[in-house]
Amino acid sequence: MEPIRITTPLTPEKARTLKSGDSVLISGVIYTGRDAAHKRLCELLKEGKPMPIDVKNQIIYFVGPSPAKPGMAIGSAGPTTSYRMDAYSPALIEQGLTGMIGKGKRGPAVIDAMKKCGCVYFGAIGGAGALLSKCIKKAEVVAYEDLQSEAIRRLEVKDLPATVIIDAEGRNLYEWGRADYLKTQE
Amino acid sequence: MREIDSKQITDVVARLCVNANRHLAGDVRKCIEGCRACEPWPIAQEILDRIIENYNIADRTEMAICQDTGLACVFLEIGQDVHVNGSIEDAVNEGVRKGYTEGFLRKSCVEEPLGARKNTLDNTPAMIYYELVPGDQVKITVAPKGFGSENMSQIKMLKVSDGAEGVKDFVVKVVEEAGPNPCPPIVVGVGIGGTFDKAALMAKKAIIRPLEERHPVKYYADMEAELLERINALGIGPQGFGGRTTALAVNIETMPTHIAGLPVAVNINCHVTRHKTEVL
Repeated sequence: MEPIRITTPLTPEKARTLKSGDSVLISGVIYTGRDAAHKRLCELLKEGKPMPIDVKNQIIYFVGPSPAKPGMAIGSAGPTTSYRMDAYSPALIEQGLTGMIGKGKRGPAVIDAMKKCGCVYFGAIGGAGALLSKCIKKAEVVAYEDLQSEAIRRLEVKDLPATVIIDAEGRNLYEWGRADYLKTQE
Repeated sequence: MREIDSKQITDVVARLCVNANRHLAGDVRKCIEGCRACEPWPIAQEILDRIIENYNIADRTEMAICQDTGLACVFLEIGQDVHVNGSIEDAVNEGVRKGYTEGFLRKSCVEEPLGARKNTLDNTPAMIYYELVPGDQVKITVAPKGFGSENMSQIKMLKVSDGAEGVKDFVVKVVEEAGPNPCPPIVVGVGIGGTFDKAALMAKKAIIRPLEERHPVKYYADMEAELLERINALGIGPQGFGGRTTALAVNIETMPTHIAGLPVAVNINCHVTRHKTEVL
């Protein structure tokens, strides 16, 4: 199957057209964030203060890259395990976040928010950080520089390969992919 | 008595940190490529191809295979007949500092587990495991350990009556609960026996044992084979998208234990199972 090309920003309408199991190639601007940055963003939201990035129609990539060698945009940059962001993701989805890239399971509260607002959970290959780094053309820290690898970065990506794991209808590749395979083994 | 300067340990540790993170060990490559050849499920084949492409890129371009370059686990087997001039602990940490800084590896260590969780900025301190052995050599193994898989590890003090079936069911349960989270295909390290802490240590050592090497006792070697088969019948597959290749290997380590006890620890490692060794 030919991968679907996505260029950011990603509107909720476009997000709702993507189906669990679709292969995609993501291009444009995306933002990085993991545990510590998510915690800070949600503290700001709770206090009613503005966040350093506008997440509306944006994609957040759960990644803490390794340092860039001279002449390179970024170091190794694969996804981190997503469930650690489950406590924070629903609040960001409510703010208009339409895509998350990570790996591993998500909790029911995240999936409910995704269905309600039109947001998609993409999986990039965990452990394939060297391969994925080749798709990142530019990286700059836009917030929380003190967090080092956990700072929020603005990435310009070209054809970043990912798979729709959970779509905006809540269909989950981790469930049906495994079941489909097991059916062939009966 | 043979003398070694601690500076030599620093140099070796620094080199091993960089090499382990950039060049995937031969046994792991061979195992992944063997599993790719046997994998019947198309999406799983595709994922395994990308995983192979990834470690080849890392190898060729001298970059980290995975951005999580881990906590630096350093195993030292120190011969009784060797004397190291200077602090061994300081020498190891200096090596980690040097390797992670000069090698463009991610610094993933925080000072305190709670509170501010401030990054130590040089990936120290190393997690150091000392062992005294006969001879006059120092064997150093660096095994950077990523936490996506570490977080999926579990330990349980089983009842003696749970027996071998209880052990096997627990191992399979840990892998099934982990599902896609630890970046399958995984390496499953199992420690059976000893005390609470020794079981965990054996499980950690099990994941750095060469993947093609079986337990020396046939009973446990058979258990390794049976567990691998049961785990690969779960259907989780590479990255959890479905498929046969959920685990690359199950390595069991065992030791004597108390008449009342059956400790079992399961340490999970991802497909980027890293370890490099040098002998001084």
